[in-house]
Amino acid sequence: MSQSQVRSEYQQPVLPPRISTWWWLGKPSYFAFILRELSCVFVAWFVVYLLLLVRAVTQGDASYQEFLAWSATSRIVLVNIVSLLFLIFHTVTFFDAAPRAMVVKVGSNTVPGSMVLAGHYAGWVAVSAVVCWLLLGV
Amino acid sequence: MADRIKLQVARYRPEQESEATFDEYEVPCPKEWVVLDGLNHVKDRMDGTLAYRWSCRMGVCGSCGMMVNGEPKLTCATFLTDYAPGPVRVEPLRNFPVIRDLIVDIGDFMRKLATVKPWIVREQEKPLSEGEYLQTPQELDEYKQYSMCINCMLCYSACPVYGLDPHFIGPAAIALAQRYNLDSRDEGASQRMEVLSAHEGLWGCTFVGECTEVCPKHVDPAGAIQRYKLTAAVETVKAFFMPRGA
Repeated sequence: MSQSQVRSEYQQPVLPPRISTWWWLGKPSYFAFILRELSCVFVAWFVVYLLLLVRAVTQGDASYQEFLAWSATSRIVLVNIVSLLFLIFHTVTFFDAAPRAMVVKVGSNTVPGSMVLAGHYAGWVAVSAVVCWLLLGV
Repeated sequence: MADRIKLQVARYRPEQESEATFDEYEVPCPKEWVVLDGLNHVKDRMDGTLAYRWSCRMGVCGSCGMMVNGEPKLTCATFLTDYAPGPVRVEPLRNFPVIRDLIVDIGDFMRKLATVKPWIVREQEKPLSEGEYLQTPQELDEYKQYSMCINCMLCYSACPVYGLDPHFIGPAAIALAQRYNLDSRDEGASQRMEVLSAHEGLWGCTFVGECTEVCPKHVDPAGAIQRYKLTAAVETVKAFFMPRGA
């Protein structure tokens, strides 16, 4: 028996809890959680990418064309495709949490979670449509 | 169907060993037997030194939570036949110090639970002559789900955040805080907010969601925490724009 035994507040010797470095591979839900945490990196990348775009636009046509050429390189296209997939995953999982965080009341009735979720997706579609209209004029 | 099943039971006897080991026992496996029945059979007939907690045998007391094949379960509600042909691995709840065999030290949870004041707080009690604090069925529905918590701590065992950061107050404590905050008779929400809005309070939760998955009473602690986060965020914004509480 070890001499450096950990003890409880009542001086009982205890076996302290241990968590493996690889705990997140133990269950699919843990792995999905880690992927969702990782998706924040890609959210940050898109923020940086947007700022670079804005900077390029403000610096004139040549700078903007240079940005477009850089964006068309296979490396950036690949990064953006992976980022888009992670952002969709981030968005879907974030929306899934919404009905559990938001309890919406209409009078004395609680709006069903499915309606709250549908509202989020409707908002997503609406914002995307406005962005498409602004960019493409469609 | 096999009429016997093998239990692999974690043993930790601090006076004998510094690490947990496993002992194997073959127990009967009738269809009505739960894992706890198997452990009671071992204790009564095979090895009286086995130590574990249990009490009600009906999913109410919350004492018999253990890891069964790696999942936090109430052993009184987990049927052996669901694991046939076995073996069934029974371990103490994860994320807690082990005192002996399947018994964990629950002191940390008990201390944290008290900090959220899981009782009805009144600024001033009304005199008995005025009668009970009445409540409508709708007001009861507001918190009833959270009142089903039996403090079994399966949610703490499933929560990797608690495993990684033992200072995190944890799912059940937050769900029980929410239970009282949503009670129309309670006036202690602001007192609880001080504890829960701290760094190791609800913001420690990163919404893994496993607490809700393993909850045997369908309390949905993860939902309670997200709901509380929204409340805390709204209160913070209100305090910023209306510092005098206008």
